[in-house]
Amino acid sequence: MRVSALIPKYPEPETYMGHTHYCPGCGHATLHKLLGEVVDELGIRKRVIMIEPVGCSVLALKYLKFDGIQGPHGRAPAIATAVKRLRPESIVITYQGDGDLAAIGTNEIIHAANRGELFTVVFVNNAVYGMTGGQMAPTTLLGQKSTTTPTGRFAEFCGYPLRVCELLNTLDAPVYLERVSLFDVEHILKTRAALKKALLNQIEGRGFSLVEVLSNCPTNWKMTPEESWEFVKNEMTKVFPLGVFRDK
Amino acid sequence: MGKDVLTGVHFLSGNHACVEGAIAAGCRFYAGYPITPSNEIAERMSVRLPQVGGIYIQMEDELASMAALVGASWGGAKPMTATSGPGLSLMQENIGLAAMTESPCVVVDVQRGSPSTGLPTLVGQADVMQARWGSHGDYEIIALAPSSPQECFDFMIKAFNLAEIWRVPVIFLSDESVAHLSERVVIPPKEEIKLVTRKRPSVPPEKFLPFKPGSDLVPEMPIAGEGYRVHVTGLTHNEKGYPDLSAKVHNKLVPRLVNKIRKNADKIVEYEELFTEDAEVILVTFGISTRICRDVIKRARAEGLKVGLFRLITIWPFPEKRIMALAQKIKAFVTVEINLGQVAIEMERIVKERCKTFLIPNAGGAVHDPDEVFAEVKQIVSGLVE
Repeated sequence: MRVSALIPKYPEPETYMGHTHYCPGCGHATLHKLLGEVVDELGIRKRVIMIEPVGCSVLALKYLKFDGIQGPHGRAPAIATAVKRLRPESIVITYQGDGDLAAIGTNEIIHAANRGELFTVVFVNNAVYGMTGGQMAPTTLLGQKSTTTPTGRFAEFCGYPLRVCELLNTLDAPVYLERVSLFDVEHILKTRAALKKALLNQIEGRGFSLVEVLSNCPTNWKMTPEESWEFVKNEMTKVFPLGVFRDK
Repeated sequence: MGKDVLTGVHFLSGNHACVEGAIAAGCRFYAGYPITPSNEIAERMSVRLPQVGGIYIQMEDELASMAALVGASWGGAKPMTATSGPGLSLMQENIGLAAMTESPCVVVDVQRGSPSTGLPTLVGQADVMQARWGSHGDYEIIALAPSSPQECFDFMIKAFNLAEIWRVPVIFLSDESVAHLSERVVIPPKEEIKLVTRKRPSVPPEKFLPFKPGSDLVPEMPIAGEGYRVHVTGLTHNEKGYPDLSAKVHNKLVPRLVNKIRKNADKIVEYEELFTEDAEVILVTFGISTRICRDVIKRARAEGLKVGLFRLITIWPFPEKRIMALAQKIKAFVTVEINLGQVAIEMERIVKERCKTFLIPNAGGAVHDPDEVFAEVKQIVSGLVE
């Protein structure tokens, strides 16, 4: 028997094309891969229309073989609303960072969620503006340093980290809100399951779903990838507790 | 408390020089939102403003940032923000409010490749018309364009002074190349920096009309909450500042807002000329493109070509009078700009048939290649001789 026969055959990924531009250790690439795998598994690649944000993942559709539209900063949910209503047979996903969704786009996400729009939001929270070089984000932790809070974030001047799942959980319309993370294999698998559930909700026409993914930014946090995942695990989850907030 | 004027010789980027210029000019309020390629301004401001007793706020978006500037202006501060093209678009609603309410403020626009998200990290100069016409309605603003970090420092002081004198938003049209260029910047002693602050009420509150203009068409400005009854509105308002939604009041107010700049343009307009006395062809340019044109002119003169330079320091108001005068005695203007003809269209409008006008465009992403500009200029010059 040939040795190669012992190596299990994995199907070629249909959606995820790899070779991303993200910094070494960044969670975006992992999340892209998970999203690609889930879409492959559900067999919906050709139906997906993804709305990219402004931020590091502005180039997401270079790596995921979907149709897509890149929206202005924060406006992905508004674009997704129109696309989904005109093409209800398609699977519409917005992929947004914390600056995009929780600062400039707060309005759009709250109102899309409140209208119960039938699309899926993948919300990456890494507590910093990555693409512009590490400024304070609405989700930056108290005391956390950034280029615009060089001595750390103080609540007195900058308020508190904004909790998006908890905020949207005050609305009646959303059907599924869960916060997950990517800091170890167990949580990566949970993230995969959450993405699948959120997409199934859309396929089955249940309603608005959002998966918040706690991720890292080793470059702007000035940490090694290992240190950054420790920070996510030990510090971020204290402020942003993991779990299902809404499942109806 | 830190020093507000860092007198001495520095090695600064254009963006950092903007910050030092603003603080030296008395800016003590900044509200902004991260956007490339302007971030270094916000970052340095977040360190510098607290040192000098100022307020730095990172807002949730550009709409809020610009609205905060209007609030800060009526709170008595000299406020500023910094952004790039997409952010300037979002600010337009409140730039209109600042123009209508005559709220002095400075908006730095570090131009990048556009339209839309365009080229976030690369140069553009295509916000010229957005600066002028971005908000709805008839109004006037002032726009300045620096070509070096030293000018970023010097022109920021000018920008704040102009905002204070004329009570308009001043758009500081920097660009990605100037912003990220690091050069020698000389910051003069504090006493050599001439600062202007807005006219304050000269009569007691009971006699005061907040929107009654002086002979320069600019009213005196109180601070909200200091005893003068202040009402500021984006609605058409009378001299008391209260809404008066009639054609009569509207036809008094809006022409004044426009005329305080148009009729005073001679006091505001600034430009730089090089070899224009004997020039047959004059290059018209601004911002980073000025430096390309300087090189082109040097080469042209070395070859005996009578080429001159007209460089805009204020883009708005546009130096119409001087351009008309030059147009009478030269053969052609050649506009060199990193857009597809925004200043060029203004040149055509002013020059009309007085002389020829040409454009050397560039959609953005890189500055013009001086070799190519020189070749085109040579071709234009030889075409004019024949």
